[in-house]
Amino acid sequence: MPESRSIELKLESKIDSVDAAELIVQGLAREAGFSTDDIDHLGMAVRESMVNAVTHGNGYNKEKYVHFSVRTTGGKLEISIRDEGEGFDPGGVPDPTAPENLLKASGRGLLLMNALVDEFQVGPAEPCGTRVRLVKSRSGGESEIKEDN
Amino acid sequence: MSLTVGVREVDGVTIVDLGGRITLGDTSSGKLRDTIREILARGAKKIVLNLGDVTYIDSSGLGELVSSYTTAANQGGKVKLLNLQKKVQDLLQITKLYTVFDTYENEADAVLSFS
Repeated sequence: MPESRSIELKLESKIDSVDAAELIVQGLAREAGFSTDDIDHLGMAVRESMVNAVTHGNGYNKEKYVHFSVRTTGGKLEISIRDEGEGFDPGGVPDPTAPENLLKASGRGLLLMNALVDEFQVGPAEPCGTRVRLVKSRSGGESEIKEDN
Repeated sequence: MSLTVGVREVDGVTIVDLGGRITLGDTSSGKLRDTIREILARGAKKIVLNLGDVTYIDSSGLGELVSSYTTAANQGGKVKLLNLQKKVQDLLQITKLYTVFDTYENEADAVLSFS
């Protein structure tokens, strides 16, 4: 397997881009020897981030793009996803696990991303938009899901 | 694979057999929503969503399950879940939706739970 690989793409703001990013990350993770559970978790975390970028960040605007990059180094996979939207305050997102929010139909994406990878950061990006950084290291066997939410 | 939906009746309980992916953009959300509305419109109130053949579900899909639950509850109905794969169980755990849904591992138990 290759020691390191990286891919950078400027993706259109449409659902096809979500599917493409998910497939790319899953393919690289497979190539890098990640377990099936890890690959599933990475795919889902990327999907959640890309959906946010395409729908909430860029609002499906054809003139805005999602800047996607993924890098594998040794047993680690690092993903960056940046939209060109107005940005938002991650601290202002209601806790979807609070009793008063459990029956809401949306608002679980950030929670899932955080639970499914080892490192998760979200915040404002330069020159605009929101950037999400996802990092996952190859695990030995069955993948753990973080329970510290 | 996009979402497949099949509906059948067992002892007065409506079983909705779901298969494939429940995600944003797979036209799945509309399909599930329409199915629940149709079931409720004909007066059925006891609904079991059989997720045994669901291979993938994202936060939008979880939202659809919650919407099904609340839509039914608002009309005096109840939605329960059957045959959750480990991946889906994990998601219910992370999101604490396991506190909302009654879940069952076999259909007979799910049907009996309504009696």
